[in-house]
Amino acid sequence: MGQGKGITQDMDLIIKIKNITFKNPIWVASGTFGCGEEFQDFVDLEKVGAIVTKTVTARAREGNPPPRIVETASGLLNSIGLENKGIDFFLKEQYPFLKKIKTRKVVSVSASSVKEFEKCIEKIYEKEDPDAVELNLSCPNVKHSGTKYNLLAQDAKATAKVVRAAKKKTKKLLIVKLTPNVTDIAGIAIAAEASGADAVALVNTYPGMAIDAEAMKPVLGNVVGGLSGPAIKPMALKAVRDVYKNVKIPVIGMGGIMTGIDVAEFMLAGARAVQLGTTNLVDPSSYERILGEFKAYLKRKKIKKAASLVGKLG
Amino acid sequence: MTKKCTKITRKTQKCTIISNKNIASDHFLLKIEAPFLAKNANPGQFVNVKVKDNVTDPLLRIPLGVHRVHSREIDLLYKVVGPGTELLSKRKKGEKLDVLGPLGNGFDLSSINDGRDKTAIIVAGGHGVAPLVALAEEMAGKKIKIEVFAGHSTKKHIVCVKEFKKLGAKVHIATDDGTQGHKGHVTGLLNKHIKSGDYDPGLATIYACGPRPMLSTLAKDVKRYKIPTQVSLDEYMACGIGACLGCAVRTRDGYKLICKDGPVFDAGEVEWGKVKG
Repeated sequence: MGQGKGITQDMDLIIKIKNITFKNPIWVASGTFGCGEEFQDFVDLEKVGAIVTKTVTARAREGNPPPRIVETASGLLNSIGLENKGIDFFLKEQYPFLKKIKTRKVVSVSASSVKEFEKCIEKIYEKEDPDAVELNLSCPNVKHSGTKYNLLAQDAKATAKVVRAAKKKTKKLLIVKLTPNVTDIAGIAIAAEASGADAVALVNTYPGMAIDAEAMKPVLGNVVGGLSGPAIKPMALKAVRDVYKNVKIPVIGMGGIMTGIDVAEFMLAGARAVQLGTTNLVDPSSYERILGEFKAYLKRKKIKKAASLVGKLG
Repeated sequence: MTKKCTKITRKTQKCTIISNKNIASDHFLLKIEAPFLAKNANPGQFVNVKVKDNVTDPLLRIPLGVHRVHSREIDLLYKVVGPGTELLSKRKKGEKLDVLGPLGNGFDLSSINDGRDKTAIIVAGGHGVAPLVALAEEMAGKKIKIEVFAGHSTKKHIVCVKEFKKLGAKVHIATDDGTQGHKGHVTGLLNKHIKSGDYDPGLATIYACGPRPMLSTLAKDVKRYKIPTQVSLDEYMACGIGACLGCAVRTRDGYKLICKDGPVFDAGEVEWGKVKG
C-alpha cells in the first residue's frame, strides 16, 4: 500500500515491524500532528512513514485548564490533558480523512481501566482497519486506575495486564508507549514484550514544571506537565539504548528530534523507527526537511539500507 | 490523495526584513516583505514568527498580530517582553525571517459592511494596539465613525496615535500614571463616554485587544450596556494551527482554541471568571 516509494536510487528506507512494512522509519508522534488534516497545507502526508493520531479515549475529555503550554530552555512543557472528543467522534469525523491518505496509520489510545482499553480497541476495529494501535500508558497529564503509580507504564504488572487484554482485541500491530519516568525503563519494556507487544515506543514526556517568580505561581494551569523537545534528547537516547539492549521487539524512538542527524542518532541507539513530535509544533513543514536531511546523511555515509543503522553503535 | 483542490490560505515563508525600529520604549516596528501575507491577511489575524533559524532556545515561534498591511509588505508591532522578542529586536534589515501565516480568524466587520453600525469603538491596551491599526485601516474606506480608546502605562509607551488620526479616527488616551490624557484605566475612560450617551448601543460595535484583565473588565461593563463586543485574546501558544491544543480558552461552549477558533471571540462567549487574571 503505497510503500514502493521507499526505495529510490539505490537507497532503501523501508523498515519492517513484524509483518508490516513502512516506507521509511520517520513517523510523526501522537498529539503533535492532530489527525493529519491540520498539516495537509504543510506536508505531503503520503511521504510520512506513519501517522500516529492524537490520543483518543472512550469518552470525550475536555482537557486541563489553561495555560497548557509554556516554553522552557530548549524545551516545551505541556499539560494538554488528553483533550479529545472521544472514540465515536474520532471514528466518525476524524479518521475518514486519514483513511484516504496512502500511508500507515497508528491510532493512539488511552484509558483509565483495562475494560475501557478493550472497548476502545474493539470499536476501532469494528469500523476501521488501522495498521497499528499505540497504547498510551504514559500520558503524564491523566490519572489511571488499577495501579498505585500515577501512570500505568510505571508499573510492570499493570502494563502487562493492559497489553495482554489489548492483544486479544487486535491482530494488527500493538505498540506500547512508555514513560521515561521510571527507575528501570527496560524492565517495563520487558513486561510489555512478554505480554504480547509488537513494539515499544519511547519516550513520552518527562514530568516537569515551570514557575513564574514574579507572580509566585506555577505557570501551567495544571501546575505540572510533560517536557519535550531538544532538552530531553540525551535522556531519550539513553532510554532507547537501554531498552534496545533488553528486548527483541523493535523500539520506536523519540524525544527532541529536530534534524535528520537526530533521526540517525536514535537509530544508532537502537530505534527501528522514530517519531517526530515537538518539531512539528515549531515548524509544521519540518517533516519533509528532516526526511531530506536523513537521506542526505545516508548518502554521505554511503549507507544503502536505513534499517542497517539500527543499533550500530561503534 | 493529499493533493488539494482548495487554495492554500496559510504557509511558512521566508520574509526579508525591510526595517526593524525601536519606536517607543520597548516597542518595535518590524516591516517585512511578504506578498502572500499582504494579499491574504485579514484584520485580527496573526502570524507565528520563528525569531531565529536553527536555534532551539528560544524554541517556539511567537504569535504577533498583523499590525498594518501594505501592497507587498506587512508591519508587525511588538514589545520586548522576553528572550524571544529580545532576539527579534536584534534582527537586521536584509535578513530573512521565517513567518507562518496568516492564522486564525480576524474581526467580523459584518455590522459595518451591512450599514447597521454608525460607530466603531476600538479599545486598545498597551501593545494590544498592534492588530487594531490594521482593523482601522480596513474600516477607513467605509461609512463609519471610528473612535479609538488607547490605554498605556505611561506617556512614553504611547504608540500609533498618528496612524489612527491619519485614518480619520478620534483618539482618546488613558495612562495609568496620568502623564497623558485620562488618568486611570482605558475601560474607565470608555465607561464615562458610554454613560454620557455618546454611543447608541444598537448602532455601535466594540473591537478590543489588550491584557486579559482589561478585556475581562470591558466584557463585564459592556454586558450592562448591551454593546456587541469582539475581543482578541492572547495565550501561550505553540503550533498556531490547531494541532497541539495548547492555547485553550474557556468559553460557554467548553474550551476553544485561540489559534484556530480565535484569536477574536465574542466577549459574551468567553468565561472570564475562569481565565487567568
